[in-house]
Amino acid sequence: MKLKLHVWRQKDRQSTGRMVAYDAPNVNPEMSFLEMLDVVNEELTGKGEDPIAFDHDCREGICGSCSMVINGTPHGPSKGTTVCQLHMRHFTDGQDVHIEPWRAKAFPVLQDLVVDRSAFDRIIQAGGFISVNSGSAQDANNLPVAKGDADQSMDAAACIGCGACVAACKNSAAMLFAAAKISHLGLLPQGQPERRRRAINMVKQMDLEGFGNCSNQYECEAVCPKEISVGFIARMNRDYLSSSIFSKETGSASKSED
Amino acid sequence: MGWLRQTTDSSIGGKLIVAVTGLAMVGFVVAHLSGNLLVFGGPQAVNSYAEGLRKLGALLWVARIGLLVMATLHIVFAIKLNLANRAARPQAYAVKTYRRASFASRSMLLTGMALLGYILFHLAHFTFRATSPELAALGEYEVYQMIVLSFQQPLIAGLYIVSMLLLGLHLSHGVSSLFQTLGFNHPKYRSLVGSIGPILGVLLALGFSSIPAAVLFGLLK
Repeated sequence: MKLKLHVWRQKDRQSTGRMVAYDAPNVNPEMSFLEMLDVVNEELTGKGEDPIAFDHDCREGICGSCSMVINGTPHGPSKGTTVCQLHMRHFTDGQDVHIEPWRAKAFPVLQDLVVDRSAFDRIIQAGGFISVNSGSAQDANNLPVAKGDADQSMDAAACIGCGACVAACKNSAAMLFAAAKISHLGLLPQGQPERRRRAINMVKQMDLEGFGNCSNQYECEAVCPKEISVGFIARMNRDYLSSSIFSKETGSASKSED
Repeated sequence: MGWLRQTTDSSIGGKLIVAVTGLAMVGFVVAHLSGNLLVFGGPQAVNSYAEGLRKLGALLWVARIGLLVMATLHIVFAIKLNLANRAARPQAYAVKTYRRASFASRSMLLTGMALLGYILFHLAHFTFRATSPELAALGEYEVYQMIVLSFQQPLIAGLYIVSMLLLGLHLSHGVSSLFQTLGFNHPKYRSLVGSIGPILGVLLALGFSSIPAAVLFGLLK
């Protein structure tokens, strides 16, 4: 099948980019979307042009590297999958396909479709960990975790930090990401000692990075490749507000030194 | 008080203020409608209700100042959040699609601004009676006569009906949404919470519009 691609090309962080049209004449429906781009890039390289830069790593839907908005939808039309798991059979012959990077002030474009997602790393650094040393490993089942809590925690922990939630949100809000990271620790006993500080610091860092505010439209949930529920955002709101209003924690997040 | 400043400056704290002030105003709107519907009980019912309200004295001022504070906070924080949202995406997508966002949720800023304009007109019209000498000439508690005289003009009746439809649209997203902001999202109640906004929006729009419509069609004279 043949496709008409419209791809965002941008030389580096400083330059202004633009949409450039390419013909993809030899697309096999069995290809993944990234393989299709690999073939287009082979042709571009053969012609002496710069290949289209895009992030990718595991190509099996678990690393969270691939990040492109296809015809307006992060990770493309297929629900609950990343771009690497999207196959060309979901497209029709002769279709126009627009490919853009994640759009957010907090995710500056580095080149073409590659954005800098280190803002997410800094949100994790602000509190997405457990630092209380609890000694050597305990015997199994010494620390009981209710099945329901374990399941819910795992649902939140499924977040691969790809940033599709930010890309889909009209406000470029990172609330689904932050909520998943705050909740997966907050639901477990090991996460309790730092639970309040974690909620305050991670939200503070999220705001500091320049992400927007949630409008409760739930576009994030609709595109999340791990189908993480917006119920976690309500949980984060609860954790953050109760920690801010009732606890002694004041929060200490700040722009990292680098 | 550093914590208070930090909380209200935060994304979630700002949303909390918009949600709580919105909820307070929804309470007012529901009370307002129940008072308004007394118009169907005849001039005596609604006029004496108006007189009773005016004679609340200090309590009336508590309500007025409270509403003014609620409306101001709601507007200031909504604008503040909105500006931050715009700043968070400096470069728009070439292809823009929505997957789940409702029409109401996408037009909150517009319906909100239209409602502010409506409220200012409504106060000038019925509270200060500054829009026509005919209304200014009526007695202080002749509310029934004021309503009938005003809504016999199709333009005024139409303006009120359209404004109430916008109110319904604004609340259809706002009311359901405030549960999420306040941290209430339970699988058992998700569909109830999702429909409470649209249901309340429709009921309020119909309830309020019934009065100008009834006058316009000659049911109230």
